Amino acid sequence: MAELEAVIGLEIHVQLATKTKMFCGCELSFGDEPNVHTCPVCLAHPGVLPVVNEQAILYALQIAAALGCEVAPRSIFHRKNYFYPDSPKAYQISQYDTPIAGAGRLGDVRIHRAHLEEDAAKMIHAGESGRIHGSSASLVDFNRGGTPLVEIVTEPDLRGAAEAAEWARLLRETVRQLGVSDVNMEEGSLRVDANVSVRPAGTETLGTKTELKNMNSFRFLQRGVEAELERQRRLIESGGEVEQETLHFDPQSGSLTSLRSKEEAHDYRYFPEPDLVAIAPTEEMARTARESLPELPAARIERYVGEGLARDVAAVLAADPETAAYFEQVSTDVSGVEPKVVANWVTGELAAALRAAGGGTAAESKVTPAALAELITLVARKTISHGSGKTVLAALVEEGGDAQVIVEREGLAMGDDDGDLESIVAAAIAADPAAAEQIKAGNGKAIGSIVGAVMRETSGRADGGDVNRLIRAQLGL
Amino acid sequence: MLHVARLARLKLTEDEVETMTGDLSGILEHVDRISNLDLEGVEPTSHVVALENVWRADEPRPSLPPEVALASAPEPQDGAFRVPSPQADA
Amino acid sequence: MAGILELTVAEAAAQIAATELSAEEYFDAWREAAAGDDLNAYLFHVEHPVDHQAMDGPLGGIPVAVKDIFCTEGTPTTAGSRILEGYRPPYTATAVRRLDAAGARVLGKTNMDEFAMGSSNENSAYGPVLNPWDRGRVPGGSSGGSAAAVAGGLAPCAIGTDTGGSIRQPASLCGIVGLKPTYGAISRYGMIAFASSLDQCGPFTRDVTDAALLLAAMEGRDPCDSTSVGIEGGILAPSREDLGGLRFGVPSDLAGAGFDAGVREVFEATLKWIEDLGGELAEVALPSAEHGISAYYVIAPAEASSNLARYDGVRYGVRAGGDGDLLQMYETTRSQGFGTEVKRRIMLGTYALSSGYYDAYYGQAQKVRTRIAEDFKAAFEKVDFVVTPTSPSVAFELGEKTADPLSMYLNDFFTVPMSLAGIPAISIPAGLAEPEGGGRQLPVGFQIAAPAFAEQKLLEASYALEQAIGFDAKPVGSDG
Ligand SMILES: [Mg+2]
Ligand SMILES: [Zn+2]
Repeated sequence: MAELEAVIGLEIHVQLATKTKMFCGCELSFGDEPNVHTCPVCLAHPGVLPVVNEQAILYALQIAAALGCEVAPRSIFHRKNYFYPDSPKAYQISQYDTPIAGAGRLGDVRIHRAHLEEDAAKMIHAGESGRIHGSSASLVDFNRGGTPLVEIVTEPDLRGAAEAAEWARLLRETVRQLGVSDVNMEEGSLRVDANVSVRPAGTETLGTKTELKNMNSFRFLQRGVEAELERQRRLIESGGEVEQETLHFDPQSGSLTSLRSKEEAHDYRYFPEPDLVAIAPTEEMARTARESLPELPAARIERYVGEGLARDVAAVLAADPETAAYFEQVSTDVSGVEPKVVANWVTGELAAALRAAGGGTAAESKVTPAALAELITLVARKTISHGSGKTVLAALVEEGGDAQVIVEREGLAMGDDDGDLESIVAAAIAADPAAAEQIKAGNGKAIGSIVGAVMRETSGRADGGDVNRLIRAQLGL
Repeated sequence: MLHVARLARLKLTEDEVETMTGDLSGILEHVDRISNLDLEGVEPTSHVVALENVWRADEPRPSLPPEVALASAPEPQDGAFRVPSPQADA
Repeated sequence: MAGILELTVAEAAAQIAATELSAEEYFDAWREAAAGDDLNAYLFHVEHPVDHQAMDGPLGGIPVAVKDIFCTEGTPTTAGSRILEGYRPPYTATAVRRLDAAGARVLGKTNMDEFAMGSSNENSAYGPVLNPWDRGRVPGGSSGGSAAAVAGGLAPCAIGTDTGGSIRQPASLCGIVGLKPTYGAISRYGMIAFASSLDQCGPFTRDVTDAALLLAAMEGRDPCDSTSVGIEGGILAPSREDLGGLRFGVPSDLAGAGFDAGVREVFEATLKWIEDLGGELAEVALPSAEHGISAYYVIAPAEASSNLARYDGVRYGVRAGGDGDLLQMYETTRSQGFGTEVKRRIMLGTYALSSGYYDAYYGQAQKVRTRIAEDFKAAFEKVDFVVTPTSPSVAFELGEKTADPLSMYLNDFFTVPMSLAGIPAISIPAGLAEPEGGGRQLPVGFQIAAPAFAEQKLLEASYALEQAIGFDAKPVGSDG
């Protein structure tokens, strides 16, 4: 049997960080007493009518612009009818066949659409487990009901659980940097569902998919998708068939439980919401949305790669706008140093030094971009060795200040007389003839003991690369 | 008939099912006259007002005091609305 | 005392403003009259003393009977349904607030067909309303309580709602003026929804001037209703005395419509009045209007099935079956809370929207709606107004049509097309006619429809016609 390839699409619900709900003036809140942010509209009293929150439209347009989506010239709301206590009107106002945003792309994944809708209320299930099954009654809190949501739906372009989690992180970072949502997965302001199927590698048709609901961290998303892929592969390899269903992943046990099967699939009886009129974003609105965009991670990664950075290093720097700004400031302040060298310092030596000192980000640290730039320049000019550079960096992390001052205080500057270093190298070779022979015989590792001797003699000021080069030259290699 | 009743969360008695079936088929027979009309290319009308882009500013308005919000609740409990258990899938 | 109850709203308001009449005395006289309700027109009477201080404005001191479909804060509001028994809304409908701001006060809440579904008021959970002209007959529906209250001397004026004829038809059957404004003229906020794309609030009055007065107070854009527009320029009291230069379109297909001979006689006499006043008659074609009933009885139930889904026993209203599981609670609450007609329409609407049937029913009905609106548009290029009888018959007997819902639905034949097109239409009393089966003479209404937002022009023409007709018949025994 051909290898089974994973086909994964994601549906992401993003709670918008507006001041008020989607269709009424109640304030958004998290963690308040139940039902203190409710009114006749969001409790669906008889006779009430929804009125669209303008800011939600503007945020949706920003998300559309960030994901490169086509904005619909005219979109409408529909009613999605279903009975459940978390849905006070017994219909959700959502967008159906004319979403505000159509096709787009983020990174390697195509966006199918993004639409506006309202969130459901919160159900508190009494009874033992907190899960729906086996509880005796439920309490409904309408504080969250009516929170504006943008639902983003991808094409099934993801090919693995890790890739899916990685892309979801990029999406979260993108939305976070727009400032349109708190994107807090634990609090539910970002919720990810995954549509998972498998198919023989190299084929095009899609297999039957299952839907994994509400995994509230990227780790659980990855584990849930992994578990489901594993289940589907085993099922098919043993001659079974995947059934279309909605699954709940329990991160504690790693198990998947079916929430509802296809037979009970809802008939939502969608129809155009007669209480609302169409949204027709003006060119002005779309332009404002585009122009308000900060440089987003995906674009920044591409720019860094263009400047010669490795893609993974670029991704680390681009993920967080403050780190990116820090890196870019250091790159501007150095002289005669390639951005990729600066990037290695920021993501390598500086990150390690900060970790060793107890954590924190570069931007928050005592190491100013100017001080790091000076340090990198000193190392590049071989004023100090790379090893001394790390010593200076540790001091900068500890106390801040100026790299040159620390170099002078600690006496770390290398002699600028190359002849001096040549004689020290010659002496070290003479002192360890056995090592010299091994090096000549091709044992590269043996060079370490002679380098070590030179470093001891120069108190670490010598440049490791230079020392290596001189040893090889003197041994005639 | 029972499927539709279930979708609408109505429980009809046997008598109701019988009379309802008769009534609805009579009404549908009349209504069916339009399903055969050739209306290809005619735009559907959802409502008649020619408005677009009606919205409100994102400014908070006072919510109801919780005791008012819960005043009409058939079964209030702990500041919330109590409902019977949703079984596997209600 | 009888004297002040004879005043029109405009006259009473003028006397109160001139302090010739005490607002308190006037209101109390009406409260007393309303308390003598023997038509089952009211579901709730205002009992608390009314604050007479702040009653300034064009309707200062005027009591208004309000259909029980409008939410009134702290006051029972049932929409004629068991499912809302005991419900007191936490807010007030915009239309009522606007009346209040104009100085008017709620006199009571009037009986109606449950959730406005009906043409006879026999679908109220609180018993039928009787027609003051003949208590064995229906007042029409669904705003039957409001119509009967005004016609029966239980209120000087009232408001109701019209989805497919629910103001015009009872006004016609009760011999008073009923106006359905353009969709969007008056806010729907706080008006319990039946079919959201059709529902519109409007006044019941003794004459056209009073209708203008109430419309002027209620119309306007409301930030709480995204589909509200208001009427540009507002509404003034009508004063026109002739119909010179105005063209009245009579639908050519009217001949094929079945309506009573007596109704036809009054209709034709009214056409004659139009000509006498200098108006011109012309034939107009409304070829799609014949499908109005079909489209209406898809669209309205479909929207209703969704609008009435919120009555689920969770947040307000009556709950039943709460000891079972959620499904049982939902089904028991709704099955016990709703009456037969409401269930019938919910079933019809749910079916029309369910997967596989949407295109054939709801989608198709919306296209028919487009066609009907286009028909009117084309007609209004030729004429200023379209006129028809309001109802194919005079008031029918209680129980006459309850067994046959389709025949009841067909009663809306003349009123539904205007609702689908969203245009304004008024019914004014035009004369009396004997019912088909014989009996006491009963009122016949004349319907005039105008282009969207042409209410002022519609009121002017109606006023001129009203003056000419001089309808002054009264229900027997209405003076007690
Ligand atoms: Mg959704
Ligand atoms: Zn609210």
